[in-house]
Order: sequence, then C-alpha cells, then structure tokens
Amino acid sequence: MGPNIDASIALVAVAPFIAAALAPLLHRFTKPLSGWVLALVPAAIFVFLVSLIKPVLATGMISARIGWVPAYGLDLSFFVDGLSLTFALTISGIGTLIFIYSVAYLAGHPHLGRFLAFLMAFMGAMLGLVLADNMLGLFMFWELTAVTSFLLIGFDAVRVVARRGAIQTLVITNIGGMALLMGVLLVHHLTGIWALSDLGVHGHALHENGLYGLVLACFIIAAFTKSAQFPLHFWLPNAMEAPTPVSAFLHSTTMVQAGVYLLARAAPWLGHTAAWTTILICFGGVTLLWGALGSLRQTDLKQMLAQSTIASLGLLVLLIGLGTETAIAGTVIYFVAHALYKAGLFMVVGTIDHEAGTRDITALGGLSGKMPVTFAAAVLAGLSMFGLPPTIAFFAKEEMYLDLFAPHWQDLSVLAVLIAGNALLAAVGALVVIKPFIGAATSTPKSAHEGSLGLLAGPVVLGFASIAAALSLGWFGHTVLAPAANAILNEPIESHLRWAIDLGQPVIWLSLATWVLAVLAYRNAATIHTMLRRLDTALGWTADTVFDAAMFGLIRFAGDMTRALHHGRLELYLVTVFLMLALALVVPLFGLGAIDALWPSEQLGDWSAKLAWLQLLPHEWGVIALALAGLGAIVAAPNRLYSILALGVQGTAVALIFLMFGAPDLAFTQFIVEILSVVILALVMTRLNLDKRDHRPFEDLARDGTLALVCGVGVSLLLMVVLTGTLDTRLSDFFIATSVPIAHGHNIVNVILVDYRGFDTLGEISVLMAAGIAIMVLLRNRRKAILAAPFVPPTLVVPKVKPKPDKSAKSASASKNKAAPKPKSAVGKAVVATSPEAAVEPARAPRRKRAAP
Amino acid sequence: MNTVIFRTIAPIIVAIMLVFSVYVCLRGHNEPGGGFIGGLIAALAIVVLGISSSAAEARRALHFDPLSIAGAGVLLAGLSGLLSIFNGNPFMTSIWLYLNIGGSIVPFSTPMVFDIGVYFVVFGTIASITLALESENGEEL
Repeated sequence: MGPNIDASIALVAVAPFIAAALAPLLHRFTKPLSGWVLALVPAAIFVFLVSLIKPVLATGMISARIGWVPAYGLDLSFFVDGLSLTFALTISGIGTLIFIYSVAYLAGHPHLGRFLAFLMAFMGAMLGLVLADNMLGLFMFWELTAVTSFLLIGFDAVRVVARRGAIQTLVITNIGGMALLMGVLLVHHLTGIWALSDLGVHGHALHENGLYGLVLACFIIAAFTKSAQFPLHFWLPNAMEAPTPVSAFLHSTTMVQAGVYLLARAAPWLGHTAAWTTILICFGGVTLLWGALGSLRQTDLKQMLAQSTIASLGLLVLLIGLGTETAIAGTVIYFVAHALYKAGLFMVVGTIDHEAGTRDITALGGLSGKMPVTFAAAVLAGLSMFGLPPTIAFFAKEEMYLDLFAPHWQDLSVLAVLIAGNALLAAVGALVVIKPFIGAATSTPKSAHEGSLGLLAGPVVLGFASIAAALSLGWFGHTVLAPAANAILNEPIESHLRWAIDLGQPVIWLSLATWVLAVLAYRNAATIHTMLRRLDTALGWTADTVFDAAMFGLIRFAGDMTRALHHGRLELYLVTVFLMLALALVVPLFGLGAIDALWPSEQLGDWSAKLAWLQLLPHEWGVIALALAGLGAIVAAPNRLYSILALGVQGTAVALIFLMFGAPDLAFTQFIVEILSVVILALVMTRLNLDKRDHRPFEDLARDGTLALVCGVGVSLLLMVVLTGTLDTRLSDFFIATSVPIAHGHNIVNVILVDYRGFDTLGEISVLMAAGIAIMVLLRNRRKAILAAPFVPPTLVVPKVKPKPDKSAKSASASKNKAAPKPKSAVGKAVVATSPEAAVEPARAPRRKRAAP
Repeated sequence: MNTVIFRTIAPIIVAIMLVFSVYVCLRGHNEPGGGFIGGLIAALAIVVLGISSSAAEARRALHFDPLSIAGAGVLLAGLSGLLSIFNGNPFMTSIWLYLNIGGSIVPFSTPMVFDIGVYFVVFGTIASITLALESENGEEL
C-alpha cells in the first residue's frame, strides 16, 4: 500500500467512467462474454476495497485529494471510512454480479453496448457518491446518479411508460438534488467546511445555529426524494420500467440507498435533535407500512419487490432516526442483508420473466421442478427476507428490536410498527419465493426452463453470501458492522453479535411474533390484496396522478407564458422595452429623490451659474439648431423614408456636438454609424415590405409619443443629476497616467478598448458576431417564407402584395429615374421581386442546385 | 442610385474608403480611430459597392463569406490574447516588438493584432447583414 493508496482511491471513482466510455467498443469485440469482461472492473474495485479493510480498521479513515479548483480551496477529495467502505463494497460486489447478469438477460439486444456503458457510468457515480469527501463532489456524484439512472430507466425508450418513468425519476430526484446543493452550500456558509470528514469532528455547532431547521429540511428533502420516502415514493415503482438488471442494482443497493447514505453520513452533525428524530421516525414508519401494504396490493412480482423496497427504505430511515447504538447496528446489518437478498430476488424474478415469459404471480406456479437452481437461489434470498436464523437478516431484526423495551409509549409504538412492517415484508418474501415455484404448474407464455449460467450466478452467490456473513458473524461484526456504525455514531462501538439464542431474552419472542404475524399475513394475502384494491378504487387518486397533474400544469403554464410574452408583435416588444426604460429612469429620479439634486432649495438664486453653458458660440448654436431641425423633421415627415433620413441628420448633428466638446473618437464612430443606420433602416424598410406611411391610430401614437417623451426627458434629467455630483476620476486619472508608459498608446479610448479592457472587447465582438448570425438566420427564414408563399391560396396573397410594387415602382421612377424605361432602382427592384410570382423561380433554382450534390 | 456617374465612381470611392479604413484602424492606438471604426468604414465601403453594382457582385469582390471574415476576426483577437501564455503571463498580457524596417522603427504588438481582429469582426458582421438586405430574393445568403 503506502503512498499510492491516495491515487487508487480516486481511481475507484474514476475508473468506471473510463470503462463506461470504452464499454460499447469492448462489447463489440468480446460479444458473448462482454459481461464477464466488464465485470472485471467492479470486481477489481471490490478486491481493492477489500484490501483497504485493514488500514481502515487500523486508522479509522483513509483520504485522498486531487486539486480541483485550487483558487477556491476546492479539492476533489475522497475518503474511506467504515460507512463508505460498507457501501462501496456492496456496490462493487453486487455490481460485478449485475454485469454478468445483464449480458445474459439482455443477450442479443441491439443496444447492449450502450446499456453497459450507462450501467458502468452509473456505478462510477454511485461509488463516487459514497467515497466523496468534499460536499460539492458529493453533490456532483449525486446528480450524476440521477442522470445515469435516467438513462438506464428510460433505456427502452420506444415505450411511453419507460420514458415517463425515467422523466419522473429525474424530476423527483432532481428536486432532491437542488435541495442537497442548497443544504451543502448552507452548511459551508455556516461552518466554513467543505469536507465531510471534517464535519464529523467540527459540525456540532450546527445544532445551535438558527438556520439548523433549514439545513435539516434541505438534507431531509434530498434524502427522502432519493430514497423514495412517503409521500415522494411514487417514482420508485414507475422506475421498474427499467430492464430487470437495472432494477436489481438501483433498488437494492445503489440509487435509492444514496438517501440512506446521506442521512447516515449527516447523522453525527445533523442528527440527535428532536426534529431529526421525529421526522425520520414518522416518515420512515409511514413509508415502511405503506410500502409493505402496497407490496401486497400488487400481483406483478417486480412491482411487489419495488414496493417492498420502499418499505425497507422506510425501515432504514426509521432506524437512523432512532439513532441508538443498537438501531444504528441494525441499520448497517439490515442495509447489507437487504442489498444481498433484494438484488438476488430481483434477479430471480428477472430470470422467471426471461424464461417463463410472465412475472404475474397469479399466472405462475410449480416452477420448482423446471427451474431448480433458480428456486434454490430464491429460497436462499427468501430466508433472508423472512429473517430466519441462518442468514444475516435475522441479526438485523434482532438488533433493531433490542433497545425498544423502555416503557415509553413512543418506543412501544415504534416497536409495533417495526414488528408489523417486518411481518408484512416477510409475508411478501414468502409470496415471491413460494407462489411461483410451488403448487400446480401453470401454462406460461414461454415453456419455462432453467436459466443460463449468467442468469443464475448472481442470485446464488448473493444467497450464499448472506449465509456466509451470518456464519462468520464475529468477523462480520468486527470488520463491517463496528467501523460503519462507528462512522454513523461518531463514537467507537464494539460489535456484540453472537450466535446465541437466549430464550430468556424478550428479543427472540419478538422475532417469533414477527414470524407468526408473517405467516398469518401470508395465509390471508388474497384477502388483504382485495381489501387494498378496494381501498385504492375508493380513494380514486394517487401521488402519481398528482405528479401528472403538476407536470401537465407546468407545461401548460410554460406554454401560456411563452404565448403571452412571445406574441411576435414587434410594436409591442418595443413598447415593453421602452416602458421598462422609462420605469428604470423615472423610479430612481422621482421615487428615490435623485431629482432633488437639481433644485437645491437654498441656492435657488444661483440659477445663472447653472445656465452658464448656454453661452455658446454661433456655430455651436447652429449645430444645435440642426439637431432640433432633424428632430422636427422626424416627427413631421410625411413618410417613413423621410423620417429615416431626418434621423440621420439629427444623429449627425449630435456627432458634431461630440466633436466640438472633445470626444473625437465618439464623433467619428457616430458619423459612420449614422450613415450605416440610415442605409440599413432604408433597406430593412424596403426589403421587409413595411408600409411607406405610418398607419398607427391616434391612441397608439399618443402612447408611443408619451413613452418617447418620458424616456427622453428621463435620460436628460438623469444626465443633469449625474453632472451635479462630483465625478470619481480615479480611474480616468490612472488611464491618463499609465496609457503611454505601460500601454504604449496616446489614444486612451483605444488603449482601454484593446488593452486595459481587452477581455471585455473580446466578449463584445463575440456578441456582435453572434447577433450577426442571428440576423442572418432571421433573413434566411424570411426567404423561406417567401418560397412558401405560392402555396398559400392566391386570393389571400395577391391583393396584399400586388399594389405595393406598382406604387413603389411609380414613385421610384417618378422621383429618381425618369429616363429609365423600367424602374431599376434598388428600392423598386427589391419590392417587385418580393411579389411571390417573381420570387419563386430564381429563388428555387439555387435550392435545387444545393440538393443535387 | 444606378446612374452611370455613380456606377463609375463607386469603385474608386470604395478603394479609397478601404485604404482609409485600414489607415484609421492602424493609427488607432495614438490618434482617433481603431479597429471598430475602421471596420465600420470598410463595411460602409462594401455597402456602397453593393448599391452601385449588386450584392452578388460585392460578395464576389469580397471572395470570402463576410460572416467567415467575422469569425476569423474573433479567432484572431482570441489568439492574440493567447500569445502571452508563451511568455508565462496571464491571458491577454500585451507583447510589444519594435522592428527596424528600412531605417524606421515600426512597433508591432498584440493589442494591434487584437484591434485588427475587432476590425474584421465589425466589418464582417455589418457587411453580411447589409449585403443580405441588399441582395436579390433569389440569391443565396
């Protein structure tokens, strides 16, 4: 080991992404065996993580750091302690089996390579999540699991339900992701810490902080969305649209356990308060019962397992909420036990579906003879789910009951919920294992036979793992349970797991009670099923329908907003823009009292000083008169072309003012811009077929005129107010002093543009070019619209378009081109050509040319 | 606008304007002028050319698509900023070279290259818009 552990830990999180990028290619070359080949990646990670057990036991924690954004003190850091090691081992171990299973299950699927890439990336995200030390890294991997699970659940994208399930998962878990980001930033804001490993030591200050409630809410929303706690549980059953290997991975040990991991991770510095305990226990308890009952309501094996996963997640959340030593020990054991049996059962169900062609529990029976190995694997997993002694799950149940005998009603009610939940889950386990395999054989869509090695390896290995863990109980307690529980509790604890059944202890009697209840529930499963169905129809709506209503409402709202804001009428856009400008000018001036600077009450006699600027030279008066004349001409002009020209006159006068008052650069630019804008405006007017005259009704004119006046007066007043103050000249002094010595330029304006503020200019020219591209797109689209015009019924087009060329041709020839027999001015030509008949042929020819090669 | 006089004189005006635009662009560091105004003058020259003959003619005279010229300008401006990296300085730190060409000292600098980039962007963008507006309906844009 030694120093290179650091890099290797980072590699654990990074290697799967590299493998994901290569997976499709690898799959192509190693086709029938690609699952086994790719499984080497998680297997290698698993072996590496096993080698870390000893150092972690010795030191408590190993960490690794890669510089990420050093400027902000951010590192992409990873750490391994008991908790993350337990999760990472389960993820990589089960991941290995999932890869083998996937290729057998999806053999021959055209997009298998892509699927394997998604699965690998998902596993990387999940490993990164449980190993991340930096909270932002945690968030990043958290979101990566959401994205990759979206791809996996929606893998069968041709089906609507798969797409819907994927979108629903993404939406719900991303709400949690946003909450997590907010929580993480809040925690950093309050404590100044990014590293989770430091928070365990220094995070206790959070409890006293006034914002503790908000932080708690953020983390709980994040965990509850990801771990499907009631009432946000509904995405999980819909996510079952994913191929079964995905469900087996996502809903046993990875995706949904991320929320549990987050809660366990946050417990030392966020937990142990009344709010934490109450919320987790209440929601966990409700979720446990709701999920367990929901499971009995289903007849689809996969759905039954999905609902039971919700119940198990509720159980884990409840246990973390309890927070006692035994509860946390129960959490860790139950997490491992659940991961082993749930992944196994999902794979068994997938195998049944694969070989028998259905997974409806009512249509299956007597498969044990045809699929003996599958049956054996199912029994092993079922023993776990039932919580029977030779499996590790038995000890999970014992641990969770252990400390709840205090004569408080709270403890007793939690105990009752736990027993009821466990009993119902055990009944579900019995149903899933017994119903399809025992009893009279039924006819299935496919003639059932044993699955291939790839399909069987996973569930069998997991089933034996569960028993092996129980048989080596001392080792399990010492190397897995104690370090993980230690990390959650933040205090050293010792495992007290023993292989001794003491009939004097009440715990064993509680286990017996659970089994008796489970058997009762199993026997009356049909009755419970009908009752729940009836309740369902009576209720009429589910969280699912609420989600749909919310989503469609959102889409409709977005559509309405777009239509309201993006109505396509240029006139109203301009009114909006200038209205906002007027508000931005008027509100600070009058609302905030900035205008007061213009009439100082004591100095009213000093007006002559303020009017000193009126003493201008004659030629300066001339320029101002020119500007005013231009302004008058714009308003009074008989048609738009004159207005545009008058605008040019007025702008030129303004440019002259700039020139006279010491801004030659500005004046220079203004001259050219004036000329260009006259040319462009005239072109736009003729090209876009605008009316030559202004046809606005009086109300519109009044509205636009008022707006123009308010904006103009507002800008003038604003400038006058600015001039009453003293300008801060530090910046201009700096430029004047340094322009020649350090920037080698005498023209400060240009030096600022290309040197001091060169980066700004780079941004501006990029924007300028982007705007140019956008304008070109608009013009090209217009051209296409003209192309499409002949297909509009001619009666609609002709009366509108035809009069224009006549008029413009007449005016053009009359005013400028009397000698020419045909009007050939740019203006005349342009307008004539826009008439559809003339435009079609020449416009189409190049198109055809383009299509030919 | 299509008088013989205008059509005859236009190329001369255009040529003078283009040369002037380059002059304005290059002197910008010390006198009023610069890449922006130079680009505007050059664009105006192309507008004049387009009005006197046709947009297609102007396009042919330009040889390159005006938007490509603008793109090259952005690239040039960005690359001029990158040069300072070879000096170990941050992005856009200016570099000055004084070359002795034929007995007179001629300064070359990255801000100058940057300004030429600005010139191309302004020229290319404005020219492409005006030419598109001037062009006939059947033309490719």
